[in-house]
Amino acid sequence: MKSITKQKSFDEIKEQLEGLDKVYVIGCGTCATMTKTGGIEEVQCMKDRLQELGKIVTGSTVIPTACDEMTEVALKENNGAINSSSCILVMSCALGVHKVSCYIDKPVIPALDTLFIGLEDEPGNFHEVCAQCGHCVLGQTAGICPLTACHKGLLNGPCGGTNKGKCEVDITKDCAWTLIYQRLEAQGRLDMMRKYQPPKNFQATPRPRTIKIA
Amino acid sequence: MATRFKEALNSGKFVITSEIGPPKGTNIEKMHHHIDLLKDRVVAMNVTDHQSSVMRFPSIGGCLAIKERGGEPILQMTCRDRNRLALQAELLFAYTRGVRNVLCLTGDAVPVGDHKEAKGVFDLDSLQLLRTIRLLESGKDLGGNDLDGAVEFCAGAIVTPEANPIEPQLLKFEKKIEVGAEFFQTQAIYDLDNFAKFMKFARQFSVKILAGIVLLTSARMAKYMTENVPGIFVPQNLIDELAAAPKGEALNKGIEIAGRMIAALKKDSVCDGVHVMAIGREELVPDILAAAGF
Repeated sequence: MKSITKQKSFDEIKEQLEGLDKVYVIGCGTCATMTKTGGIEEVQCMKDRLQELGKIVTGSTVIPTACDEMTEVALKENNGAINSSSCILVMSCALGVHKVSCYIDKPVIPALDTLFIGLEDEPGNFHEVCAQCGHCVLGQTAGICPLTACHKGLLNGPCGGTNKGKCEVDITKDCAWTLIYQRLEAQGRLDMMRKYQPPKNFQATPRPRTIKIA
Repeated sequence: MATRFKEALNSGKFVITSEIGPPKGTNIEKMHHHIDLLKDRVVAMNVTDHQSSVMRFPSIGGCLAIKERGGEPILQMTCRDRNRLALQAELLFAYTRGVRNVLCLTGDAVPVGDHKEAKGVFDLDSLQLLRTIRLLESGKDLGGNDLDGAVEFCAGAIVTPEANPIEPQLLKFEKKIEVGAEFFQTQAIYDLDNFAKFMKFARQFSVKILAGIVLLTSARMAKYMTENVPGIFVPQNLIDELAAAPKGEALNKGIEIAGRMIAALKKDSVCDGVHVMAIGREELVPDILAAAGF
């Protein structure tokens, strides 16, 4: 699992589609299918709702992986229906929206909000595991990322707000530093936590992020 | 040069500090009144820094008011609202205005406050802020540059002896000492046996510990604190004692309890002093001290 998404409210989608009456809908067979936000069923449901709204749906497709190279091919195959539409509604994460935008000059509208990169810990339950900070500390924190799992992104241990091993911001959430402590202790590696961690280099994540692989 | 507060800590006498909550707005009369009331009753006064993530008059402003009125301020500095440039700049400014004591805090989370959509900064954490102070004292900033004029602070931090689980907190407490914390003001404590256990651990280090005393104003408030405020545990016997107070007498009972705790801590030399937090009822601090026999 990579991109975790959630559907925008239908009111927001409706607002974005104002003045755009012919809609072509694109879903994604990978992440958005697994999060049940842009798979075959959700695309069908969206088409029905758009038609109820009085829109003309010129066609739809669910691209196997909307962010990869097959997107260009899939768009070409559906050239006719896409050409007769006034916009494309994309039910994928923002990567898919960007990819579609590369090949189409018409308005490309996202139907989902991209939340984070995460894992599914139990069916239907997703949690963020990486903030893509550019300098991984998992080696010192027993595989639990304090930048994502701690609300304050603390590097040197828990804040005073931790309560019964839970986070002060969300009492249903485990305190990341309690988990890190427990895991390091079980591994006999508490010395990792005793070590002072200097201020983080936030420029390790260049903005905007780019990289050229030789 | 040692600050008045540091001299008191090193004197071996039981040190009493209290807290000033700055106003939400520009009416600083009440804050001035509290400062005047307390400046000669306590060794030093902390000024809270947007406590509970609620936007208020700044801590540094309150500290300057304390200086102007002849008191000894402790600048509370949280990492929530400023990045490392702003934190260092404020330390330089504070030093030039005679503020010599700093309490380094991570800061409450943004969503618990009154600007829930704000960006929490947390560029540094409380440990890194402590170490930054020691770095500035050496004449360097965090960028490795030379300063034209350094600082000198009595720097401290907080510890939560009632935290659950306690082990990660104790580990962080040790780390804070390693990076240069000279004193600790604790989160509110109510269970003196539990606190004595913490002090047994803390006494292996040469740092001064001031026990946090938060005034309980009613049984309801005590129950709320124990259920909702992280790191605070009010034993049932104290809640019962407040509940059993005659109508209208709960506040006086709370003052009596706080005074009794302070007296007990002093009598047995459990710790080096107390930090009294009346949370908006600063005018009651003299009554608490009187109840403690001061």
